[in-house]
Amino acid sequence: MIGIINYGAGNIFSLTSALERLKLPYGMVNNEADLEKYTHIIIPGVGHAGTAMRKLEQTGLVGPLKALKKPVLGICVGMQLITAHSEEGNADMMNIVPVKTRLFNKDQGIKIPHMGWNNIEHKNNPLFEGVENGAQFYFVHSYFIEYNPIFDIAAANYGMPFSAAVQKGNFYGVQFHPEKSGIAGERLLKNFSNLKQ
Amino acid sequence: MLSKRIIPCLDVKDGRTVKGINFVELRDAGDPVELAWQYAEQGADELVFLDITATHERRGTTIEMVKSVARQLNIPFTIGGGIRSVADAEALLNSGADKISINSAAVMNPALIEELAKAFGVQFVVLAVDTKLVDGRNMVHLNGGRLITELETEDWIRRAEGLGAGEILLTSMDHDGTKNGFDCSLLEKVAESINIPVIASGGAGKIEHFTEVFLKTGVDAALAASVFHYSEIPIPYLKQELKKHNIPVRL
Repeated sequence: MIGIINYGAGNIFSLTSALERLKLPYGMVNNEADLEKYTHIIIPGVGHAGTAMRKLEQTGLVGPLKALKKPVLGICVGMQLITAHSEEGNADMMNIVPVKTRLFNKDQGIKIPHMGWNNIEHKNNPLFEGVENGAQFYFVHSYFIEYNPIFDIAAANYGMPFSAAVQKGNFYGVQFHPEKSGIAGERLLKNFSNLKQ
Repeated sequence: MLSKRIIPCLDVKDGRTVKGINFVELRDAGDPVELAWQYAEQGADELVFLDITATHERRGTTIEMVKSVARQLNIPFTIGGGIRSVADAEALLNSGADKISINSAAVMNPALIEELAKAFGVQFVVLAVDTKLVDGRNMVHLNGGRLITELETEDWIRRAEGLGAGEILLTSMDHDGTKNGFDCSLLEKVAESINIPVIASGGAGKIEHFTEVFLKTGVDAALAASVFHYSEIPIPYLKQELKKHNIPVRL
């Protein structure tokens, strides 16, 4: 069963709706003890990364999350939380994946936020099993995770290449919103739920 | 590459879709959930619901509709109409709407844009602007084009970007309903002058109009209602045609 970290960072109605459509059972993680109840953990998140990190710290879940050995998936700001640092609020993140979250540069002639459907090139990670290479996912963000070939499992391009998905050990992060990304997104959530510890 | 988005727009009243809609397979044309699902299946990239519920007391039905849509839909959607405060917006976002669009409330009280952006982030705040040419100047209008304001359209949009609007939905009232094509010259000027996405609206009548607006202007998305509702332009076919012109689309 999937546990969703409940730390007050934005609404999770769309995420829980997607899990319900997929008939994937889930529950909420409010404290350290709750982490034991679930086999898979999702860290959702919308809004400001610095603010989200402060809220997560207040729950006391940062240490226990970092120590987890079960599959963990950060979505959007939830992905940014597992990086080392975000330029949004110049805030230190959990530093699970040692990469930086940076602001898109409008001098490259791109509009910010990066909003809409963009295609990704993935590296056949189990998270993307059955997802066509070049498939499109729905993105809404102004900050991005710098591309690092060691941790990147899917890249997208917006003015420059950036990481649409990363992995380090049992920790995964996706910048796009699988819960809003049509069939491809639903497949990804299903794949995550099937990841073994 | 980021795809250009195709966005059907649905009018809803008291939680039901209005205006004639004639999808063959549709059991209940007034059911926004079923309709939204059909559009998602056809390949719509996003949906906009315009709530024309007259009274504030009936807002509860809108909230329930948003929840039902969010439960079923696997693509993003925006809801607009009647949003006057951060509390109005919050109720809709918590019910699963991805974005909210504001129009007259922002004209009356521009600080609302800033408040919404601070509360939820710029990506949740779509500013809808209805524009009409008056004596050679593009002026912001309210009440579906009936009420002129003192605001020049391009000035207002630039100001709104500064206040925290994350996207502009620009409807030309001169083109709306004509089916003679989008207002490409204004859309081009607007898209060039700001650094947030622009949705073109008003005037779509045939596939060439979509091709034209994406080739001639820097808009990010095109919105239409009747050509989709009456299946005059099937979305999968529209996207194939756009692709032939090397316009990036999601197929």
